[in-house]
Parts: sequence; structure tokens; C-alpha cells
Amino acid sequence: MTFRRRPVLAAEGVGEVAPTAWSDVPRGRLDFLGRWRNPIGLVGAAIVGFNVLVALFGPFVWRIDPDEQAAERLLAPSWDNPFGTDELGRDTLARVIHGAQVSLQVGAISVGIAFAAGLVIGLLAGYYRGVVDALLMRLVDMMFALPGLVLAIVIAGLLGPTRTNAMIAIGIVITPAFARVVRGAVLEVMGYPFIESGRALGASGFRIMLRHLLPNIGAPLIVLVTTYLGTAILSEAALSFLGLGTQPPEASWGGMLNTARAYVDLYPWLSIFPGAAIMLVVLGFNFLGDGLRDILDPRLGPQTGGHVATQK
Amino acid sequence: MYGYVAKRTLLVLPTLIGVSIAIFLMVRLLPGDVIDVLLGADTQVTPEVREQARKQLGLDGSYAEQYWRWASGAVQGDLGDSVRNAEPVSSILRDAAPITLELVFLSLLIAVVVGVPLGVVSAVRREGSSDYLARVAGLIGVSIPSFWLATLLLLFTSRAFGWVPPLTYVSPFDDLGANLSQFILPALSISVFTMAIVMRMVRATMLEVLSQDYVRTARAKGVPRRRVVFRHALRNALIPVVTVVGFEVGVLMSGAAIVEIIFGLPGIGNLLLQAIFSRDYPLIQATTMLIAAIFITFNLLVDIVYGFLDPRIAGG
Repeated sequence: MTFRRRPVLAAEGVGEVAPTAWSDVPRGRLDFLGRWRNPIGLVGAAIVGFNVLVALFGPFVWRIDPDEQAAERLLAPSWDNPFGTDELGRDTLARVIHGAQVSLQVGAISVGIAFAAGLVIGLLAGYYRGVVDALLMRLVDMMFALPGLVLAIVIAGLLGPTRTNAMIAIGIVITPAFARVVRGAVLEVMGYPFIESGRALGASGFRIMLRHLLPNIGAPLIVLVTTYLGTAILSEAALSFLGLGTQPPEASWGGMLNTARAYVDLYPWLSIFPGAAIMLVVLGFNFLGDGLRDILDPRLGPQTGGHVATQK
Repeated sequence: MYGYVAKRTLLVLPTLIGVSIAIFLMVRLLPGDVIDVLLGADTQVTPEVREQARKQLGLDGSYAEQYWRWASGAVQGDLGDSVRNAEPVSSILRDAAPITLELVFLSLLIAVVVGVPLGVVSAVRREGSSDYLARVAGLIGVSIPSFWLATLLLLFTSRAFGWVPPLTYVSPFDDLGANLSQFILPALSISVFTMAIVMRMVRATMLEVLSQDYVRTARAKGVPRRRVVFRHALRNALIPVVTVVGFEVGVLMSGAAIVEIIFGLPGIGNLLLQAIFSRDYPLIQATTMLIAAIFITFNLLVDIVYGFLDPRIAGG
């Protein structure tokens, strides 16, 4: 069974037909400035930028130790503790800031794993086709037969509950999406004359992949990386919430939400702030991805089945 | 058409076998000996006892032998016994599956009932403010963590109405009202993501259909706008939406795994997590396989329905 009917991601499977699409792209397509009037994309970029700033410089501005406990516990938000304090008297704002660092690390590493693995699989499948392609794509199909987060839960659970393992699990789970998009884009580019002339001039397969294919499949990959950064962060929060990711006492948004469950009725700020942080960051990446899709992939238009996350 | 249905159904078999091999290997290839984990670091355990345990778990012999035993047992409905309480895995799953299926079905229903009209409005008022609002709402919908939404919903109902859903599972056959009141919040919290996806998809397909000749012809011959939208355009626009539903069942089952814990529903997701935390390998293997089988079956049904709705697919 193939799962081809999932909402089409950029460039997926378009390549088997004559490649007309990229020639429709205006030459100045990387001339961003004129197209940056996309409000959704701009809002997304601002949110993502803000989150990066908080993660990098937050601890220098808000100098409270996220693990420091205080005798007075569960304080409501005030000037001293804008987000309140938790059941051990720790400052929630400091912990949310630490969570921002965790989330960025998770996003970078798990998407990095998926990007590298997906690129290799997709390039090999799209370039060599035939048996290699069939084998690799059956493997990819197989992975799509299990819901993403369920697979992540099983892998992370079997490897053992640590953040490193959660990142590995998430990386593995989102790899097939990258492999498919890379393959689709490669198949499309393979139809162009410059690939044939490269071959005629005696370029090796490796050189063609590196110098001719790679630079030409950037646009769909940028969109994909952006939206999957959001997905990865959301998935890690879910795993930590279930106790399969970042372990207490270290602060992480999902872990904070998990402990806050016991206090939600009387001390709702413990649930509200970490959850809002997750939503804001994921929203930022989704907005940014949506905007980038408009800019980089004019074929797809703003909304044509533009699919965001697969895991939740 | 029957040929198409038969072909699609047969194609499911290799997928099921492939997935079962993958799950089987996953549980075995990951680091650590299951027996060590289960018996702990107890030095009193003699090699004989270890062998005994290995045999009991069906972990003796080569991988091929083990897989064959597991698979042939599974086909006959015997999935082994749970390590924790020696209950047959198949009967544990039989109790848990309907709960998750009900949850998935209810959230799918909510997602479609709300998502389709929103998508239509968004497409009909293209570039208007309600379109923009719907587009932003769609992006927010895919960004909210379902487990956070679940917590907020609980907080809201308890603050506003002083009401929290019953914490022990009630079967719909005992008390349908109590059952639904228990399922409504978890179903709602996981449906939001799917709702957003359905909305975006309906918007995209509606825009495409509305620009087609037959829609213009219908308008030109004087069919009222409302009738064109609902009778002529929507019916065709909904066909591709069916495909999203198959995929979303997977997303909903992922979401169910988490909200089942929050709301104390003893479904498959809850079971999977318990199995993972107690390292109950036969149960992990069987639960994962069941989830895959449900997902694959739903996708098969979607394919078949799609074939009937759009005969070009079955013919081609």
C-alpha cells in the first residue's frame, strides 16, 4: 500500500511528468525583498526571532536560576515572579526561558538528523531510481504506516526516557517526509538538460548530486525544514509531557505541563505559560513556513493543500 | 470496480507483513536484553530461570523462528500473555480498542462538521477578512498542543460550570449520556488539529472547483449562488477531502495516546504507555501492531470510498 494520497508537500512526486513547473518560476525568484510583503510570514519570522533571542540572551536578562527552590511555593504571578512560582518555589519565567533553550536544541538536532538522513535517501532514490528507489521508498512507506507520534513514543520508550533519545526518535520519525520531498524534487530536476550535459561531460554521480542537484532543490527543503522545526518542538513537548523526553528536575515545556496537571485547578499559571510558549513557537514556525512557501514556491500558492505537521 | 477493490485489499497484505516485521525487529534490535530488564540485576537468578523466562516470552530460537511463532499466533488471535499480570494480550486489546475508536470517530465527526463549513466560507469570501481570519485560525489550529488544550478545557469547564468529566470509564452501552459527556472534551481537544487541516483542504479544493466552467455555466443559466456553492461546487470539492480523513486517523490516534492519559480513558494509547513504562514487550509489540493495523485499514477504506466517488481512480 502506498500512502501517496497524504496532502501533497512541496514538489512531491511531481517529477515523473515533463518538468515544466520550474521554468514557470521567474528568474528573480530569490529577489525576496519585493515579496516580503507577506504579513503572515513576517509575523512568523518575528515570533521565531523573538524565541531565539529569548533562548540566547534570556538567562542574562532574567537572572534567576531555573532550578533554585524557595521556601514560599506556588506564588501567583507578581512583579518579582511575573509567571508565578511552582510547587518547589522555582520561578516559572526562568523555567520557561530554559524551556526555550531546550526546544531550540531539540528542533535543531532532530530536524538535523531528519534532514541529513532524508537528503541521502532522497538523493540516492531519485538519482539511481530502479531497485534502489523501489527499496528505499517501500521502507519510507512502511514508516508512514504508523502514526508519527506513536512511532516516536515506541522508539523513545524502548531506547529509554532521556532527551537525547527523544531527539533521535523524532529525527527518525520525520526522516521519511524529508526523503520523499527530496526524491520528488530530484526527479523533477533530473529531467533538465544540464544534468544530461553534466553526465555527457563525464561528471561522476556524486558530483552531479552535490553540484547540480543539491543547489536546485533548496526551495522546497527550506519550507520543509521550517515547518518541521515546529513539529519537532511540539513532539518533544508531547514526549516530555508523557515522561519520555526531558526528565525533571530540568525545566522543559512539556515536562512543566505534566507536573502542572496536578495543580491546574488552583494554580493555573503553571499550565498556562509553558503551554502558551509551545503554541507561540510552533505557530511562529508554521507562519514562517506558510510565508516562505508563498515566496519560494509560487506553484503552490498560499493554500493549495499546504500541509503542515504530521505529528502531534 | 470490484477488481479495484480486490486489488487494493490484496495490496494491504504486504504492507501489514512488512510493518509487523519492522515492529518485531524494532523491539529486539534496540539496546539491552529484555530478560535483563525484566529480571533486573538480581544475582540470585540462575541461568535455568533465565532460560525458562526466555522460553515463556517466546524469545528462544532464531529471529525467524520467533517471528513465525508470533505472526502465526497473531493470525489465530493469540498474541501471547502480558508480562505484568499474565493476562492474554488479545483480551486486553479487545477491551481497550473500542475506547480509542470511539474517541477517534467522535473527533473526526467534530472536525468535519466544523471544518467543512469554515473552509467553504473561506473559499467563497476569498481575500476577504473572514478568509484571512480562517487562514490564521487554521494555522493556530495546527499549532496548539492538544494536551495543553485538554488542560485548558478542563480548567474552563471546572471554573465556569463547576463541572469535570467522570474519571472512571463508562461504557456507552451502560449510560450513553455519561459516556458522551466523558468523551466530549478529549475528542474536542484532539479534533482541533484535524479541523484546521480539513478547513485548509476544503478551501483549496473549493477555490479550484469554483473556477471551473460548469460552475460559471450554472451561474449563467440563473441558478442561485447559494445553490451553486452547495449543490454544484461543494459536492465535487469534498471528494479530495476524503483522502485527508484517512491520513488524519493517524494523527488522531497519536493525539488519543496523550489525551487518554489526561482524561483517564483506558484506551490503546493509555495501554501503550503503560506497556512501555513497565517494559511489557509482548504488549508493546501487539499494541503497536494494532495501531498500525487500524491506520492501514482506515486508509484502505478511504481508498475504496474514493474509488466509488471518483470512478476515474478505479479505472486508471
